[in-house]
Amino acid sequence: MAASTSQRIILDARGSFCPGPLMELIRGIRQAKVGEELEVWSGDQGSKKDIPFWIQKAGHQLLGVVEEQGYARFIVKKLK
Amino acid sequence: MKKIVILGGGVGGTIVANLLAKRLRPDEAEITLVDKTGKHVYQPGFVYVAFEHQRPGKLVRAERKLLKKRVKLVVGEAVKIDADGKSVHLADGTILEYDRLVVALGARLTPDELPGYKEAAHHFYSLEGAVKLRQALEDFQGGRVVVTVASVPYKCPPAPSEAACQLDYYFTRKGIRDKVDIHFLSPLSRVFPLEPVNPVVEQVFAKHNIRSTIFFNVESIDAERKTVSSIEGETIPYDLLIMVPPHRGAKVVEDSGLGDRGGWLPTDKFSLRTKAHEDIFALGDCTDVPVSKSGAAAHFQAKVIAESIVADLRGLPATAKYDGHVMCYCDAGYHKGISMSFDYEHPPVPPPLGLKDWMGKRFLNRVYWIMVPTGRV
Repeated sequence: MAASTSQRIILDARGSFCPGPLMELIRGIRQAKVGEELEVWSGDQGSKKDIPFWIQKAGHQLLGVVEEQGYARFIVKKLK
Repeated sequence: MKKIVILGGGVGGTIVANLLAKRLRPDEAEITLVDKTGKHVYQPGFVYVAFEHQRPGKLVRAERKLLKKRVKLVVGEAVKIDADGKSVHLADGTILEYDRLVVALGARLTPDELPGYKEAAHHFYSLEGAVKLRQALEDFQGGRVVVTVASVPYKCPPAPSEAACQLDYYFTRKGIRDKVDIHFLSPLSRVFPLEPVNPVVEQVFAKHNIRSTIFFNVESIDAERKTVSSIEGETIPYDLLIMVPPHRGAKVVEDSGLGDRGGWLPTDKFSLRTKAHEDIFALGDCTDVPVSKSGAAAHFQAKVIAESIVADLRGLPATAKYDGHVMCYCDAGYHKGISMSFDYEHPPVPPPLGLKDWMGKRFLNRVYWIMVPTGRV
């Protein structure tokens, strides 16, 4: 079962241009424990390509992308 | 009399101190700056120590000489920030009380975090590192040079690709470029962090035969086999490894329980007040503000903090906001450079690679000491 939003590590990278949000996510993943869930918030369009591409390449799981007003929340689970 | 304490005598801390000394009357506030070494170091010059003949001594000046007279300089190390007691404890037992605290301590290089790093890797992120790299480059007669970063975030995001260009220029001048394979490993989805500037850098890489691999985030180094492996699952061999070391936030921030998991100080990206304590401001590389860790960001943030502290002390609303502005120059070798300027709302629009921005970088290196720490610009 997915962790509730309050248990997730939130990385607010809104206002940061690509690759800022991806850098925030890589930093967050390194610091997280296996099994933990993270949310990276990005208003940058480039993140929609970059972030899922990296998650797949690095072998983690993209649990979902939630569109909000002016930004997107990428929900990621660290798998290894 | 109100007390303002500033931790860190780098570009950001020094500008805050000098601007406050200009703006506040002596009877309004006592301004104290604490620095571990009492020496101010111009870090953008490190690359020229490694790749050219920049003398290390030229990049260091006494902090006292850069500060206005009324700023009290304490040479010592802060070991604890007591946010509830509004005081800072120094290693020698001194306790400094504050009404407003500014944390401007920069990032900390933590090579021990990556096993094998110390034995295997070179870097130009400290004066000592740059001097050692210069020697390694002089001794190098050919083979594969790998340029990469140990982890993100790190200071000066363009520096690794700038170093790859500098390596090409260096070995060309040395006459052994045909014996050297330069391989650049990027942790991100492209070689240059900022997307609008990336095509220019890719063209430079293609023209000068610099190879690149993207999405390479270093997992481990095998110093015996001379290979580096990524969390994405690739392994690359090297003869000379140039790797930006791992970074963490300031030690005193971590030791005081104020940092996030990487030791970065959670800070509001507009007001630059720390998220947990309104009376503590933070700027530059030690924060988690989502902009490039760079002297330029610290420079622009310092002005916002100085204005906010003046407003706080006079009981006025603090309206100054940091807009995310960062500006920087990159030297691509062959007397060519590129500059970029951007903020939270506006991505960089790069001008073409050329002599003008190369000269801009060289000019800034010279005028830095008179223009920047003083708060003149």
